[in-house]
Amino acid sequence: MFANLSYKTQRRIIIIAFSLIPVVLLFTFAYLPVFNMFKYSFTNWNGYSKSFDYVGFENYQTIFTNPKYFSVFKVSLYYFGATFVQMGLALYFATILSFNIRFKNFFKGVLFFPYLLNGVAIGFIFLVFFRPDGTLDTLLQVIGLGHLSQGWLLNPNIINISLAGASLWRYMGFNFIIFLGAISSIGKDIYEAADIDGANRWHQFRHIILPSIKRILQLNLILAISGAISAFDIPYIMTGGSNGSNTFVIQTVDVAFKYSKLGLASAMAVVLLIIVILVTLLQRVLIKGDD
Amino acid sequence: MKKSKLVLGLMALMLVLGMLAGCSGNGRDGEAGGGANGGGGSTDGGGAVKGEITVITQRTDIVDTVFKQYAAEFNKEYPDVKVNFQALSDYEGQITVRMSSDDYGDVLLLPTSIPLEDTPQFFEPLGDLEEMSKQYIGLEERAVDGKAYGIPIAVNFSGVLYNKKVFADAGVTTAPRTPNEFMAALQAIKEKGDAIPLYTNYADSWPLTQWEAVLTTVAGDVDYVNVTQPNTDDNFVPGQPHYELYKVMYDAVAQGLIEKDPTTTNWEASKSDLANGKIGAMVLGSWAIGQVQELADNPDDIAYMPFPTNAKEVIMPLADDYTLGISKHSKNKAAARAWVDWFINESGYPTTEGGGMSPVVGAPLPDTLKQFEGTDIKFELQTPAQPGQEGWVDKIDKDAEIGLWQPDFKKRIIEAAIGNRKESYDDIMKELNDAWVKSRAKVTK
Repeated sequence: MFANLSYKTQRRIIIIAFSLIPVVLLFTFAYLPVFNMFKYSFTNWNGYSKSFDYVGFENYQTIFTNPKYFSVFKVSLYYFGATFVQMGLALYFATILSFNIRFKNFFKGVLFFPYLLNGVAIGFIFLVFFRPDGTLDTLLQVIGLGHLSQGWLLNPNIINISLAGASLWRYMGFNFIIFLGAISSIGKDIYEAADIDGANRWHQFRHIILPSIKRILQLNLILAISGAISAFDIPYIMTGGSNGSNTFVIQTVDVAFKYSKLGLASAMAVVLLIIVILVTLLQRVLIKGDD
Repeated sequence: MKKSKLVLGLMALMLVLGMLAGCSGNGRDGEAGGGANGGGGSTDGGGAVKGEITVITQRTDIVDTVFKQYAAEFNKEYPDVKVNFQALSDYEGQITVRMSSDDYGDVLLLPTSIPLEDTPQFFEPLGDLEEMSKQYIGLEERAVDGKAYGIPIAVNFSGVLYNKKVFADAGVTTAPRTPNEFMAALQAIKEKGDAIPLYTNYADSWPLTQWEAVLTTVAGDVDYVNVTQPNTDDNFVPGQPHYELYKVMYDAVAQGLIEKDPTTTNWEASKSDLANGKIGAMVLGSWAIGQVQELADNPDDIAYMPFPTNAKEVIMPLADDYTLGISKHSKNKAAARAWVDWFINESGYPTTEGGGMSPVVGAPLPDTLKQFEGTDIKFELQTPAQPGQEGWVDKIDKDAEIGLWQPDFKKRIIEAAIGNRKESYDDIMKELNDAWVKSRAKVTK
């Protein structure tokens, strides 16, 4: 019966049949929850009751009029700053390891490894690391910088730098592997030609590698910035948002599950989503300019 | 060429149809299973109870050992009931998510975060409150419209867990009674220099909520928590229980009587440190006594005292641990009920594993309470809220985002006392009180 249909119809049926399942999955697990989130953001639902009331824009009004909800974005600046260090280091290691050096694959593994670890495990590792007389303090003493040791999570001026540092360690591997992939797609003959022309490593990086991976650089930047705005796992596991390390996502989780205000929390999630979309759009517009 | 594409297309279609068929097939299987369960749990009055039930518990540590033994014991009485266990590590968080479906076991602990008035949507009434109160204590906490929905798995009392030897070594031989005596004792331990006087468990957060449980002791009045509190605008002002209670915390931190770096505390380690005399005291419920004594070389060193208070009477408040109830969607309610009754009355859990008192009226007191026999310390349940005011405290608390039972403002107090925040103790209390007043007006109007 299927054979009697025209080739075009057959093709259409196959395309539809094949895309049906992924589309259904995508819809149920991505779009439907987002749609529901929008719906809940206009209610006073507590997360459990079978009933709730629609309250209009009251939740959004609360977020934008109470400085308590927005002030935590300051903390994101620390992660934003760390983003550039993270990308710089990732690019540095990716460039070095794309040339021929000893134990290349071993170092690649070492750098990528943290990204494979579970976030909870990393949180606990760094709790021991930052503890008084913990790993970091011991290390500083060994290299004669013992006077620098202090309460890494205790000091409110340092805590976010410590946490952003842990986060940097964790996510650098991801940037690194993407850069490495992009760099290895550059043809060997270009380097050879450059060598013949007498270009040194820096020249090669500046004039060959950097222009070739510009797109990937932009992509990583977008990912890193939206990551900084929505920083969550490391501070949540290590400090629970205490001592001035609260981020917007931790606050959203608290509002939803500690104070049973799922409506308000949904509104906060919507606000975060809009901010991330705006930042991404802004970047695309700005970057388009110099193309 | 064309033919091979056709074959490929047909195969693809069959694959897709096969998958769809597979899905629906699974669906039918599930239904059939459910139906069979429903049939098995027939409750044709008086007949032998049978069926299969799932019991969800928070005790991940003993689910495969002690609970298995319980099931074996239970089966001697009810041989036709099969009991399955599921243990959730983050009980409160995971069960509330599961409760948005119909599948959340047959017997489970009632999550404390579910608002009281929503209880009947999720749980089966266990009986008339008045009737059941003759048999059990602590039912009021989960009772709606005169029906009881949960029986406490243990009744805890709250106070300070301390190491007698550490206190004695510092020259404190009797348990401090007032906040001033308590501070002096902590100071003495600090001067002695071997132990951390008071451990906060700041990093683990949840132990900080244990402080809220001793509010009744500070107030010296069983009415305060549920009756007075929702009817006062002065909940966090000087002289009131909340202010006095957390002042003890603030002062202890400000005077350096706590651990060196609270941001890196460790709950599991703190238990053995208390047991071995590296820590003087921790504010914890009675459930912790057994756990710490187990780790101590000399269990007699581990003692329990009421929270220091200036009140005339020293009341150690009794309060429910989790309460146990039956899912409204259970297919085998008779078997589930049999398990609930057996677990509370026969298993011995409340005193052995639960570390508190049995909720059964007239049950003997556990050993941990014997030390208080003959003293002037009273053990009393808190008065339930007045009719029409049930759940008010919780509603005000949530609306104001104060978090009486959350660690947040306790952490703020500690941070402020260390000097990490610009605000003073009075600033924090004033902010909490303002939030309280505002939300109380909203909730009680």
